[in-house]
Amino acid sequence: MPRVGLFITCVNDALFPETPKAVVRILERLGYDVDFPAAQTCCGQMHANSGYKKDAAALAGAFEDVFGAYDAIVTPSGSCAAMARDQYPHLIGSDIGDHVYELSEFLIDVAGVEDVGARFPHTVTYHPTCHGTRALGLGDKPLRLLRAVDGIELVDLPAADQCCGFGGTFALKNSDVSSAMLADKCRHAADTGAEYLAAADNSCLTHIGGGIHRSGGPRPIHYAEILASTA
Amino acid sequence: MSPEIVPAASLIPADAPFPKAAKVALGMPQLRKNLAHATGTIRAKRANVAGELDDWEPLRDTAAAIKADVQHRLPELAVEFERNATAAGAHVHWARDAQEANAIAARIVREAGADEVVKVKSMATQEIELNEHFEAVGLKAFETDLAELIVQLAEDRPSHILVPAIHYNRTEIRDIFDQRMSDAPKGLTDEPAALAEAARQHLRRRFLSAKVAVSGANFAVAETGSLVVVESEGNGRMCLTMPQTLISIVGIEKLLPSFSDLEVFMQLLPRSSTGERMNPYTSVWTGAREGDGPQDVHVILLDNGRTGVLADEVGRQALSCIRCSACLNVCPVYERTGGHAYGHVYPGPIGAILAPQLEPGRHDDLPYASSLCGACYEVCPVKINIPEVLVHLRQQGPHQAGERAAMGGAKAVMARPRLWRAALKAARLGSMPWRRKGFLRRLPWPGSKWTVSRDLPVPPKEDFRDWWKERQR
Amino acid sequence: MSATPTAREEILARMRRALDGAGEAPVPPREYRRSLETGADITAMLIDRLVDYKANVHHGLASIAAALGDAQRVVVPADLPEDWRLGGAEFVPDTELSTADLDGMDAVLTGCAAAVAVSGTIMLDAGAAQGRRAITLVPDHHVVVVRRDQIVGHLAEALPMLDRTAPQTWISGPSATSDIELQRVEGVHGPRRLDVVLLED
Repeated sequence: MPRVGLFITCVNDALFPETPKAVVRILERLGYDVDFPAAQTCCGQMHANSGYKKDAAALAGAFEDVFGAYDAIVTPSGSCAAMARDQYPHLIGSDIGDHVYELSEFLIDVAGVEDVGARFPHTVTYHPTCHGTRALGLGDKPLRLLRAVDGIELVDLPAADQCCGFGGTFALKNSDVSSAMLADKCRHAADTGAEYLAAADNSCLTHIGGGIHRSGGPRPIHYAEILASTA
Repeated sequence: MSPEIVPAASLIPADAPFPKAAKVALGMPQLRKNLAHATGTIRAKRANVAGELDDWEPLRDTAAAIKADVQHRLPELAVEFERNATAAGAHVHWARDAQEANAIAARIVREAGADEVVKVKSMATQEIELNEHFEAVGLKAFETDLAELIVQLAEDRPSHILVPAIHYNRTEIRDIFDQRMSDAPKGLTDEPAALAEAARQHLRRRFLSAKVAVSGANFAVAETGSLVVVESEGNGRMCLTMPQTLISIVGIEKLLPSFSDLEVFMQLLPRSSTGERMNPYTSVWTGAREGDGPQDVHVILLDNGRTGVLADEVGRQALSCIRCSACLNVCPVYERTGGHAYGHVYPGPIGAILAPQLEPGRHDDLPYASSLCGACYEVCPVKINIPEVLVHLRQQGPHQAGERAAMGGAKAVMARPRLWRAALKAARLGSMPWRRKGFLRRLPWPGSKWTVSRDLPVPPKEDFRDWWKERQR
Repeated sequence: MSATPTAREEILARMRRALDGAGEAPVPPREYRRSLETGADITAMLIDRLVDYKANVHHGLASIAAALGDAQRVVVPADLPEDWRLGGAEFVPDTELSTADLDGMDAVLTGCAAAVAVSGTIMLDAGAAQGRRAITLVPDHHVVVVRRDQIVGHLAEALPMLDRTAPQTWISGPSATSDIELQRVEGVHGPRRLDVVLLED
């Protein structure tokens, strides 16, 4: 069994403890020994993508120090995994990103499972987040895991491939365009009539959820929490 | 009585920073409707015809590598092109910048004894503002591409690389023709076929009598000295065939090493731009051919900032662009703002990486006009990694002092695990009053930029670290 | 000799400076297709694409007359085969006709250099039975004869058939525009009617 390090991401560290808890439960259910190195903080994506290369490099270096010894680093974020894989090579000349797996990649490609023994008797619509889908190339991996969940009813999200408008500091710097994108995403989500809107990134879900909290619609949930559910 | 023509460019400030200009565009419901409709139509068509080819990805790989090869061998290929075009009877000129290119073109027009030209749609001539320059020196340039004609009649500016009038719907186009085209037929309807017929009649005499034409080129083949123009309507063929004098203004990045490279690019370009298997007309010419088409053939090789882009190892991939505009059509930002908000002839994702490189120090706001969603990279036929270049340019550009301080502070905390944990704890404590509600509804600036449209969840009482520690015990 | 460099010298110098240390040029991979699957019915595919572009397709030499419709004056390249000049029209050989003359023609009848099935593209390269570019542009109706042996499946097979430095026109259907709401509409400045006559061997 590989030594699995859990990178929970700064967003989950600050706001969404249920998501990393879910990852731990899923991996342990599958027999993995999960470790949480407490010195972890942030992958540096916000700094890199906002143009602060030196700051980003410092955080990337710290990430490598914390996770360098693990065979596999699992994270419930397509965006952070893409950061390590795409940007660390030229940022700090490190290929540690090759060992960083977004949860669905680890479950399907490494663990070789699609049915993780979950039960979730609800209607769910799924938003494929941009970095997970395009930068990381997750394809339908999260969806395949969700399809195997007992009791779940998946509903297609119209214009699913459209960005929700988050984009890190884009949401602040170009707040009006971002809000226009968000409005469409929230409308499409509400139109599904689903109880839950699942995605592979809590940063996007913070954004969509923040909009839905005003306009109404499905409850945002990280798909790991669905996979962990046995209710 | 049809409504008054109000060009979109007169409402959206070209010199304002992108967020401000975008806000104006977002407040124009008809513009947004037209853009959403047009980009939605073309997206589906592109996906369809790209999906038809089982070697689409290998084609993209080849195209990207050919373009990288061209960039690496630009001096040698430019000279090779010059030699072969000259041997075939063309006059090759070199222009360091817009002013030089415009001056050369104007001189050739006068030497041909003309005071007006017909034009094939060309981004290079828009970039150097040839029409404006010609007008200033007493020459007239008539756009002949339907969309360019619409924009010129409306006294507007183009809003899209391929379809400069994408922001107008058929009814608005009818109104423009009705009011601004002297020979528009009476009772003109908004049927696209009727509009196309009106344009045909309007331009026919001009085509058949023009002495000089100005074009750009989609490709310049070094091996043969040939130029290639890809078009749909036949206005290109008219301009490239009927006048005695032809002036083609070609960016140096348009070079291709060999004629057979067209087998790659002529599959990718039409499918990516108009979503067709092939565009209706492609013209290829090499110098002058006795008894066939223009006898006085000029090519102006244009730098105008391109060698500056070439010097940037990451940024130079922007020179691979073949102006298909697929990136505009899939961009969620472009779809909502249109092209005017970008304040440059190259809008959308490609503009966001090209404009600030072609004109360093200007357009520093454009690399931020993207959520980095990556849809542009996914469709780019020459695989320009636009998100990568956007991030790269953000890393080069200036940063506002307050933001720099905030980012520095965040990094200082995040680089020290103990400080980070303390900050998380402080945030949990500080947000206690809002815990029951679970969300913050209004924040002071700059948080107000978030809460303008979204609530912000507050940190939970117990974090993951507490849970983990508890479990380990 | 002037001390100030010419634009040519300066641009070339800028390029070389920009590329200083850029290293070797990559060798492009060539993993894409250069022909269709063997066994593909390329004639059927060509017809399908042409019809999709709203061109009219006819079969056999005799159908030239029908393809010309009620055109009365038809310009032809001087070297157009005599046995293609079928029907009741007056065939006017292009011996330095003026633009006004061409504008007075109802149609043009030519051959071609190659036809690409996968994209429905007919290629002219000023070769035999094709004439100069203006004659296939000014008349509103183009009838083009395509021999079976001129049809290839793929663009990569057609390019070697062309005279590379001759003036070329690649035609995929009649004149069209996508400039209004990005929907294709046939008929702007080029010939609005395209008739293709296929000759079997």
